[in-house]
Amino acid sequence: MDFIFQAWPWYVGGVIIALVTFFLFYFGKHLGVSSNLETMCSIEGAGKLTDYFKIDWRARKWNIVFILGLVIGGFISSQWMTPSETMKLNPKTVQELSDLGIANAGITFLPDEIFGLKKLTSPKGILFLLIGGILVGFGSRYAGGCTSGHGIVGMSNLALPSFISVLGFFIGGILMTWFILPYLLKLLVL
Amino acid sequence: MKHLKFLALGILFGIALSKTEVISWYRIYEMFKFQSFHMYGVIGTAVIIGMVFMYFFRTGKIKDFQGNQIEIKPKKSGKYRNILGGIIFGMGWALAGVCPGPMFILVGKGAWVILIVLAGANIGVFLYGILQHKLPH
Repeated sequence: MDFIFQAWPWYVGGVIIALVTFFLFYFGKHLGVSSNLETMCSIEGAGKLTDYFKIDWRARKWNIVFILGLVIGGFISSQWMTPSETMKLNPKTVQELSDLGIANAGITFLPDEIFGLKKLTSPKGILFLLIGGILVGFGSRYAGGCTSGHGIVGMSNLALPSFISVLGFFIGGILMTWFILPYLLKLLVL
Repeated sequence: MKHLKFLALGILFGIALSKTEVISWYRIYEMFKFQSFHMYGVIGTAVIIGMVFMYFFRTGKIKDFQGNQIEIKPKKSGKYRNILGGIIFGMGWALAGVCPGPMFILVGKGAWVILIVLAGANIGVFLYGILQHKLPH
């Protein structure tokens, strides 16, 4: 029983991700979360503005059901399987983040300084999160996939566009984490 | 009801990404800082196992549930789109600490502030849809 309540090691995560990817192919589909963002725009009526969103979302219903599963999975895990979120982070990471204004790194999954409910009343806090989301949404469709479509499926399939995209993920991620984020966090926490 | 299996797979995926802390902002930070092996382990394990079964798909040794050959749709490629889109995506991934999957998982966790990120992602996709003809691919 202990296993259920403790954090799972990385290889368990890797095996389950591979298993889900396998069964999606087996049932004639393929793993890819970010295409759902397109579908959502389409359902919201964006097809009236540009042909890009004129997609038959009924053919993608299975994927909407899949992300509904993600929501339920998140609920089940947090409600009944995670009595404590405290994470084993590298002490260096904790110290570094504390210097950047994020106290108690790893006590919960999300830093309160970025995701705390009071951020909803701060324009700076909202902008920080909104820009993050915009970059993720825009970039994923421009590149033609995200961590699941390019990272897992594309790399497993030895697809060159996916290796180039993942290289891009890391160039962008390193630029942000090493050089831009420290300034943004300072602005946010001030 | 025929979609129930996709619901089950989504739930499994959501639980696995929660229990291995992939949904945590900190795991993404330390990944880009090369301060932990954790995320590389998760993605690497999945990709290596994936390579093995994709080989069996390609050679037709494993067929789908109806006995058909499993075709893997080629990814969209272009001189610019993968690298530029990738860089933009990576910046957002590092900033918000979530990629699209975990956004939905965190909604289920009750981390309501993530709805702003999700709204942002929708706006981003919408902007791409409008601007795509003006962008180099």
